[in-house]
Amino acid sequence: MRYHYFPGCSVLGTGRACEESTQAVIRELGVELKEIDDWNCCGATAYMSVDEHNALALAARNLALAEKEGATQMTTPCSGCYLVLNKTKHYIEEYPAVGNRVKGSLRKAGLNYQGTVRVRHMLDIFVHDVGLDEIKKHVKFPLKDVKVAAYYGCQTVRPYKDFDQQHFPTKIDELCEALGARSVHFPLKTRCCGGSQMGTLPSVAQRLVFAILREAKRQGANLIVSVCPLCHFNLDSYQPEIVRRFGEDVSIPCMYYTQLMGLAFGIDPKTLGLQRNLTWDRCALRKQFAPAAVGA
Amino acid sequence: MSETYEPKIVAFFCNWCTYAAADLAGVSRMKYAPNLRTIRVMCSGRVDPQFVLEAFARGADGVLIGGCHPGDCHYISGNYKCLRRFKLLKRVVEQMGIEPDRLRLEWISASEGDKLRQVVNEFVAKLRELPPLNLPQRFVEWDKEVAELHNMVAAAEEQQKSEEVTSHA
Amino acid sequence: MENNGKEVRIGVYICHCGLNIAGTIDVKAVCDYAQTLPHVALARTYKYMCSDPGQEMIIADIAEHGLNRIVVAACSPNLHEATFRGALQRAGLNPYYFQMVNIREHGSWVHEDRKAATEKAKDQVRAAVARVQYHKPLERKRFAVDQSVLVVGGGIAGITAALEIANSGKHVYLVEREPSIGGHMAKYDKTFPTLDCAACILTPKMSEVREHPNITLWTYSEVQEVAGHVGKFQVKVRRKPRYIDEELCVGCMECVSACVYKEPKFEDEFNEGLGKRKPIFMPFPQAVPPVVTIDPETCLKFKTGKCKSPCATVCDRKAVDFSQTERIEEIEVGAVIIATGFKTFDATRLPLYGYGIYANVYTSLEVERLVNSSGPTGGEIVCRNGRKPKSIGIIHCVGSRDKKTNRWCSRVCCMYSLKLAHLLREHTGADVYQFYIDMRCPGKGYDEFYERLLDEGIQMIRGRAAEVTDWTMTPEEEGKLVIRVEDTLSAYVRRIPVDMVVLSVGLEPAAGADEVRRMFNISCSKEGFFLEKHPKLAPVETATAGVFIAGCCQGPKDIPDTVAQAGAAAAHAIALLDKGFVEIEPNTAYINPDHCSGCKSCIPLCPYHAISFDEQLKKARIDEALCAGCGTCVAACPSGSIIQNLFEDDQIFSEIDEVLSHV
Repeated sequence: MRYHYFPGCSVLGTGRACEESTQAVIRELGVELKEIDDWNCCGATAYMSVDEHNALALAARNLALAEKEGATQMTTPCSGCYLVLNKTKHYIEEYPAVGNRVKGSLRKAGLNYQGTVRVRHMLDIFVHDVGLDEIKKHVKFPLKDVKVAAYYGCQTVRPYKDFDQQHFPTKIDELCEALGARSVHFPLKTRCCGGSQMGTLPSVAQRLVFAILREAKRQGANLIVSVCPLCHFNLDSYQPEIVRRFGEDVSIPCMYYTQLMGLAFGIDPKTLGLQRNLTWDRCALRKQFAPAAVGA
Repeated sequence: MSETYEPKIVAFFCNWCTYAAADLAGVSRMKYAPNLRTIRVMCSGRVDPQFVLEAFARGADGVLIGGCHPGDCHYISGNYKCLRRFKLLKRVVEQMGIEPDRLRLEWISASEGDKLRQVVNEFVAKLRELPPLNLPQRFVEWDKEVAELHNMVAAAEEQQKSEEVTSHA
Repeated sequence: MENNGKEVRIGVYICHCGLNIAGTIDVKAVCDYAQTLPHVALARTYKYMCSDPGQEMIIADIAEHGLNRIVVAACSPNLHEATFRGALQRAGLNPYYFQMVNIREHGSWVHEDRKAATEKAKDQVRAAVARVQYHKPLERKRFAVDQSVLVVGGGIAGITAALEIANSGKHVYLVEREPSIGGHMAKYDKTFPTLDCAACILTPKMSEVREHPNITLWTYSEVQEVAGHVGKFQVKVRRKPRYIDEELCVGCMECVSACVYKEPKFEDEFNEGLGKRKPIFMPFPQAVPPVVTIDPETCLKFKTGKCKSPCATVCDRKAVDFSQTERIEEIEVGAVIIATGFKTFDATRLPLYGYGIYANVYTSLEVERLVNSSGPTGGEIVCRNGRKPKSIGIIHCVGSRDKKTNRWCSRVCCMYSLKLAHLLREHTGADVYQFYIDMRCPGKGYDEFYERLLDEGIQMIRGRAAEVTDWTMTPEEEGKLVIRVEDTLSAYVRRIPVDMVVLSVGLEPAAGADEVRRMFNISCSKEGFFLEKHPKLAPVETATAGVFIAGCCQGPKDIPDTVAQAGAAAAHAIALLDKGFVEIEPNTAYINPDHCSGCKSCIPLCPYHAISFDEQLKKARIDEALCAGCGTCVAACPSGSIIQNLFEDDQIFSEIDEVLSHV
């Protein structure tokens, strides 16, 4: 299995743990990723509302670069990048006038976009291409005490539902169960985490995160597992402040699904970037997977 | 292609599905290109390959056959017979130098007025990408060429004969 | 061109159809053009050709101008071909000396460019003028109509149609897939807006079906194969074994009590899975026929072969028969009424409403069974968690008016939701909330019922519910289901905690509708409901003569409309049978024996086995009574010796040549 890889800016910055754990798990599973040469920022969701054409051209440049390298499938670990790239592809196909203009801009830069490359979420690759049966084979330490609230966020399944149900997705739940964990019923699995409003309107975003953390605990989870660097950042980083503000202890450890996979596969927490998670210190798994405990 | 080129399309629609779909498109006031000249048959199975060849020979730029979806034929299986003939016919027209894109078979049910609209518009757009077929004019030219060839052959024979006559003499 | 030695004189008539045609097509230009065509003796336009004066004009012209061919350019031949042929007949001309040109549905209504539309109309008229010269006088063939009717589906539509026809003295075969007739209506508790009990009005009709000497009732049976045509359909009906002799069983239920399963254990289909039944069961007490059925999927006798079969021993009439096998009944009928009903939307397709995720989310059909006094709880409203609900939310338009699922309005949900709200409040005293997009209550007494519900204190919240979850934010929400909704009348998002959620599921085409459609050779609309011949003027007829439709198989409708439509379908069938004969189009094919080489290519092509081979003459022969007139053999004949009436090669070639002859 070989895919062209679009890391995106987030996973090289604040979401570095996402990149580290993804790479570690990918290696373990024998999947090959070829990073696209000279890729650029996808523009994130914000640019689209500033200048549609430029935003689409910026994102489409990555698609064209991938095609130039002969890619038929490209993948990204970030839900935001996945959405923006996918949306760009859809817009170019569905609105020929928009598409032709974007293609024209790309041609000026010496690029020729055909629309042959497919954009896929890394989670989709794990669950459907690698498969849960194969993943189970790599599990060395089944996570039997872990009760997961699987958190998908908005962009993983909306508006495109390429690989999971839109309103009640189950793929992370299935993946966690394959790792030996138990996934709890979690009605807020696709509720918004506040996105970049955490920076601009923290009072609003914190209320959203509070609801998610509180409900995860109420449903009996002891860990929130997420897919997207921005979601993870919002859920993981502001817990003390949220606890103070709302006067209720809603703190709960959070990690990327790839980190959880890595732990189950017996990969050293440091390689998985777990020390970067602000809630890792309080996570019960920390003791269980301390290097001495697993004999590493 | 010239801007004013309007492809001429002869359509053979089965009475039960595609003709009814065209009626539905009308009742629903859907707009499509006016290039179609529809000939109603009871079943797409009635479409004799000669009809299609005749249409091309008489100046059609495209021929569209419309029948019921597989399994839905009002006459049980006429559309399958049509499909078989169509596949062969595609090859035949190609060998005759007619682009196979000029011949199209579509399954359009009585409820698919919108599909009919789309198919006609697409087909017209497709034909606009091709030059006018204009077989009648080409026949005239070919006839001329053939006549010239005849004349040349006759002249050559004439000359040979006269040479023979002179050599005998 | 010659016409039995007489000169061909064509009359061409162009219809304005008010502005329907004349608004887009220059009718006068087309008429002037027609005048110039060969053999056209006269061309006229008229405001409405199909009107009486229009037809009279043609009739008068035929006499006065000696016309012997008529071309009318107007609407679709599917609409008025028969009208104008009738006019020719009245004028003493063979009705088949006629050709219709469709310049409305295929012209003015689909084009905007006046010039192009007019040119197209001219081409079409020119082709028709050329074609009609090749027309020959033809006779319609008559066939006797078989004096019985097949009704498919034993819900209220099928029951009504069957009774109407049987009461007129004709014989009816009523075929129902389930073990009992009654359909969905038998499951309802009360009917809107009068709140009369569904069983009280339906049961007498069901009994009447059972008692009626003119009705042959086959339940637990399905139509397997249909052949033939209007007046004479050959139908095969598959009767599934119920392992009970229907003639002997009196429905005493001794066998059910005797079953080795002391307690009902298997999902009860009639109660929407809310109750349990035994492997031997009667779906509901008023079932017709009142006989039990054994389900081989769950019966130990069939599964292990080890059961001592106390059911058989206890039956003093010896009605239990484990050796029963499937039987095929072959019947001939003159007409068919299809009344196969609907199925409700599968609520699991919208997980945001939590059906199948949260126990206390119900579909409306389940609630019908819950409030029914003969239902699984005896009419007591108890949630799956064993508690009586104190608050109930009813969500409208689940699987209706939704681009993601079904776009259509299911028409009955607003009213049945109001009815359920009334019944639930009456039974439990609970607070009942309705979440609706629009309250659609058109019908006699319907809006009054809505007003009444407002007075009863039912909460109406206008807004499509966003989701149903057990996510709680306050202690009051703890243990409840929370419905989130944007209340569009007060313009804010509300969270409403309730004990029970009812999803008002929409109506969809019945399971197997597609097979039924294929078997009877009718069409479906895009949604999958059976397509009527005309949405306004032929709502119970189909494109296939002699096949009529009634009830929800044609589209969602309530009981009064269903009954009215069933009556209309019955009237059509009775009229057809009473007339005694059908005339069919003479567009059959025949073989010219002088040209037939006896190659037999045509024989396997005919789906109706109408072509045989005359071994003595070494020629093929077509049985006109069997020929349906598709023309497939005509297109295949290598020697061109098969001719299809009305679609002769000469006629079609002249059309092709003429639509293209314009330069």
